[in-house]
Amino acid sequence: MYARIFGFAAAAACIAMPVFAAVALGDAAGSYIIRPGSSSIHFSIGKLGGGGLDGAFARFKGSILIDNSDVGRSQVNFTIFPESVGTGQSRIDAFLRSDAVFDAADNPEIQFRSTSVKRTGDTSALVTGRLTARGKTFQEKFTADLGGLKAGTIKFHVTGKVLRSRYGMDVGTPIYSNVVDFDMTLTGRRG
Amino acid sequence: MSALPKNQTAGYGWTAIILHWLIAALFIGQFVLGFVMVRLSSQRTAFELIQLHKSFGFLLLGLVILRIAWRLGRPAPSLPRSVGPFERRAAPLVHLALYAFQLALPLSGWALVSVSVLEIPTVPFNLFVMPNLPLGESDTAESFWAATHWYLAYAGIGLVALHLAAALRHHFWLRDTVLTRMITASSHHDRE
Ligand code: HEM
Ligand code: HEM
Repeated sequence: MYARIFGFAAAAACIAMPVFAAVALGDAAGSYIIRPGSSSIHFSIGKLGGGGLDGAFARFKGSILIDNSDVGRSQVNFTIFPESVGTGQSRIDAFLRSDAVFDAADNPEIQFRSTSVKRTGDTSALVTGRLTARGKTFQEKFTADLGGLKAGTIKFHVTGKVLRSRYGMDVGTPIYSNVVDFDMTLTGRRG
Repeated sequence: MSALPKNQTAGYGWTAIILHWLIAALFIGQFVLGFVMVRLSSQRTAFELIQLHKSFGFLLLGLVILRIAWRLGRPAPSLPRSVGPFERRAAPLVHLALYAFQLALPLSGWALVSVSVLEIPTVPFNLFVMPNLPLGESDTAESFWAATHWYLAYAGIGLVALHLAAALRHHFWLRDTVLTRMITASSHHDRE
């Protein structure tokens, strides 16, 4: 069924426009290693009175496995090293790394392991998985949009909302929202 | 002045007394809280306590404004006859300085959070967002106001210690009514 939809998309793409994805996804099957250099993991937390706290993780690793015959068996796994958090303010970074938030010394990794991938559109999917941070694991959902595919490189734009209180990181609520908005660009290289 | 206001008597009224002790407790509590919160190893507790320090700071500011407004309409009661000429001049000056510190501390704290590059919102008791003072934010401005707040806090608590010592001296050494009249309101409005 996946193949059929893509077949249709491929046809549509041929008529309509130079859409990257549809034509090529047939070739996308395979496993990819996320390349940190051309990927990014940004987050943003709203605050009362407007504005928010924006930051990014500089170090992370992961892989994307695309199963062409059954997209549901595709997988996305990634590991973030919270030590590498950056907000542009060293005092805030130190606060985030401390035991007030990530406790990066005792919990050096934040992990996401997908458990299901559901297609939601021509180039989009809903990725459900288990997120583990500070020793706590909960199910989270992310939306993945295919952003490009060429020469063994695949690019996804991934967004999702995570409630930080569940991971023992509720410090500063309600001044700072409990909702963390993730905005990631994951570029994978076939490997 | 034909009719003397209520406080121009042997003592203070209940409003002045309650405000004095409420503000005294808040002021000393703020000093202790401020001192402790910047020395904690737990950043989480430090964050929560700084928010509490800001909340109580604004409560204090509100009460101080109320107190000053109240006081402006009611001169202080005259001192007992036994009080000597030096203290007669010094006491009002110290009290004026204490009023100045009660205002300057919350205001300098407010300036500090307003110019901080960390842009942490101030939400007194999680009730509403307190707007920032219209001062430009920068690292330099933040260090300046942090230092100012620090000096004011330590100078202020020093003056409070002097004030406390004077109050105790009146009560235990001079054995006059200066301390007790700040504890119970005068029931009669005439002198002596
Ligand atoms: C609106 C009112 C106030 C606000 C917003 C405020 C804010 C602050 C902030 C943000 C700090 C932390 C500075 C830092 O990070 O180094 C601080 C420190 C401090 N504040 Fe306040 N404050 C207020 C009123 C007061 C009052 C009334 C006192 C009474 C004495 C006080 C005493 C202190 C002390 C002792 C410190 C610690 C200074 C140190 O030892 O480093 N503050 N205040
Ligand atoms: C520590 C315990 C304290 C004691 C025992 C104490 C005692 C007193 C007494 C006995 C008076 C009356 C003086 C008179 O009759 O002329 C007084 C007045 C006053 N106190 Fe305190 N006080 C204390 C703390 C504070 C604090 C922390 C502040 C403010 C930062 C403060 C500010 C004032 C002011 C401004 C007056 C003058 C009131 C007026 O006449 O308008 N006191 N205090």
